[in-house]
Amino acid sequence: MNDVNPVPAGSADGSGDDDVLLRVENLVKYFPVKSGGFFRPREYVHAVDDVSFTVRRGQTFGIVGETGCGKSTLGRSIARLYDVTSGRIVFDGKDISKISQRRMRPLRREIQLIFQDPMGSLNPRRRVGSIIGDPFAIHGLASGAERKRRVQELMERVGLNPEHFNRFPAEFSGGQRQRIGVARALAFRPKLIICDEPVSALDVSIQAQVINLLADLQAEFGLTYLFIAHDLSVVRHVSDTVGVMYLGKLTEVSPADELFTVPRHPYTGALLSAVPLPDPDQSDQRHQIVLVGDVPSPIMPPSGCRFHPRCPKAAPVCVSEDPKLEPRLGDGPEHLAACHLPMAEGESLAEARPTIGATERVVEAEGVLSPEGGKS
Amino acid sequence: MSMIPDVTGGDPVAELAVEGGEPIPVGRKLIQGRSPWQLAWERLRTDRAAVIAAVTIAAIVIAALMAPLIAAWVGHGPNQQFIDIGENANGGPVPPSGIFWLGTDSSGRDLFVRIVYGARVSLAVGVLATMIAIALGVLFGLAAGYLGGFVDIFIARVIDVMLSIPFLVIAISLATILHPSFWLVIFVVGILSFTYPARIVRGQVISLKEKEYILAARALGARPLRIMFVDLLPNVLAPVIVYGSLLIPASIVLEATLSFLSVGIPPPTADWGQMISDASGYYQYGYWWYLLFPSLALLITTLAFNILGDSVRDALDPRGGGIYV
Repeated sequence: MNDVNPVPAGSADGSGDDDVLLRVENLVKYFPVKSGGFFRPREYVHAVDDVSFTVRRGQTFGIVGETGCGKSTLGRSIARLYDVTSGRIVFDGKDISKISQRRMRPLRREIQLIFQDPMGSLNPRRRVGSIIGDPFAIHGLASGAERKRRVQELMERVGLNPEHFNRFPAEFSGGQRQRIGVARALAFRPKLIICDEPVSALDVSIQAQVINLLADLQAEFGLTYLFIAHDLSVVRHVSDTVGVMYLGKLTEVSPADELFTVPRHPYTGALLSAVPLPDPDQSDQRHQIVLVGDVPSPIMPPSGCRFHPRCPKAAPVCVSEDPKLEPRLGDGPEHLAACHLPMAEGESLAEARPTIGATERVVEAEGVLSPEGGKS
Repeated sequence: MSMIPDVTGGDPVAELAVEGGEPIPVGRKLIQGRSPWQLAWERLRTDRAAVIAAVTIAAIVIAALMAPLIAAWVGHGPNQQFIDIGENANGGPVPPSGIFWLGTDSSGRDLFVRIVYGARVSLAVGVLATMIAIALGVLFGLAAGYLGGFVDIFIARVIDVMLSIPFLVIAISLATILHPSFWLVIFVVGILSFTYPARIVRGQVISLKEKEYILAARALGARPLRIMFVDLLPNVLAPVIVYGSLLIPASIVLEATLSFLSVGIPPPTADWGQMISDASGYYQYGYWWYLLFPSLALLITTLAFNILGDSVRDALDPRGGGIYV
């Protein structure tokens, strides 16, 4: 059971370099949107733009952000389902950002994905046993009765009835389908599982079941998760470290609890103020910060800080200078924010007033279009 | 989408009415897992038009397979000329009678036996040419759709060129250069028909390859060939089968057309197109049976295949989308 991952979950707290399973450095992924033509330069969606972070073994790194901020693209680029535009992805000490798909194949056993849409990620024309058996078939690990036995083991482990081996995905409920996806990802005993909004398509009670399953598996197999979601409370619950993404960039990275108590970036602050509170009295007392306008086009992102057109604290420096992702206001090295005017502890954004007028903000250029049907 | 009425399945009111005891199944059998193919088969089986068409096709196929037996039973060979009783005083065909059930042709041969033999040619060309067309279409369509890029551009241009060449012109030219033969007809009809299935498959694959299950297969390390044939092919098979079942009658008609233009199956092999062509010089002199019966054979065969093809489409796509045209 432990042959693939020798590091148990509990001992991954240190900060030595050996503990780092995944290091992403200045990762950039642009998608061409239109062919250039004769008179116009080629346009690109800046889906992921200069993103760096590290994920430690056995931990969960959560990524939150609005739809279209590039979090799925980030996950898929790390799994090398896309060719990266530039930057480095160092997985388990190896730079995998430029290697060919052929050389990537053995590494696929160590990086797996769980997808958002449990229906779309399972081939509707294939039986569940065959879908979960795919990892064994593709890498020639087991066949015939042996494969069936291991598939049924996996099904049992993720809480599916092994007798449903011969069913089709359409015959399962949403939560069960996601368990099928988990079983398939688990077949290799991978080191890293990229969970791409694994619970967003499920209803709340089922979300909890799937999250608990993922947590159990992490404890059992020492898995490392890159957990992508847009639901802040889910991310807080599962993550050790959280990165907040906005328009292709990481705006804030922090240990989960610190992010939720002392957010530095105004965007994080705005996101947190939108989390529904179960207590109506608390909810009434709270100032909800409603951001003005829409997310600008990722084809022509704003200059400087990408959040400045919507930021309640925007200042001239935000338009001219792209803020670095670094510790702000005396935070430790674990808490980074990309903001010139970080929020102090307890600061309320409701009273903040921008020091530049609306006309000075560089609003997005012409040609707004949402990339990838809003799923990146 | 429009599937909401389907979700509930049975009659919830009737089931809820039972209290305290075991739920009484309301006109429903135990729910069993069935594959999409099984469901399609179920729908096809209950479609009356499809059953009639299928029975007709089965009868034609059996007749074609047993043609020598039928000839022996009737006592007339397909190429046997009955100069004494099979021709009238002017050397023309004789009408249907107890001896020649459907009359004779202009050479004094038994029309019934020749029509039965003609079914062999029509079915063989229809099925084999369709198989060639579908195989090529699936291969090129999968490659163009999934691999994209240069492969796609190349295949798309080849298809464009094929579509821009008038079919009959190229068929007549090829037959003239290479001499008409059975295999040449199959080859020509098959090669020239692969373009539409290729385009159907390509279009489907392009929309399917963005699906997450294809990404999942790539994430597992599946090679392109495996993705194309294991993951994509089962999902594009339905429109391919529909198109194939409609391509069979089209191929039969094409073969008859080529034979009618005397660039198809060379005589004396019995062939419907050939017979219709020969009869066209006779029917205005009152020899109606000579033209009518081969034409009817062609009509009934192609009609049966077309009706079955339509039913197959309905069975495979119960929502009735227009994606296959």
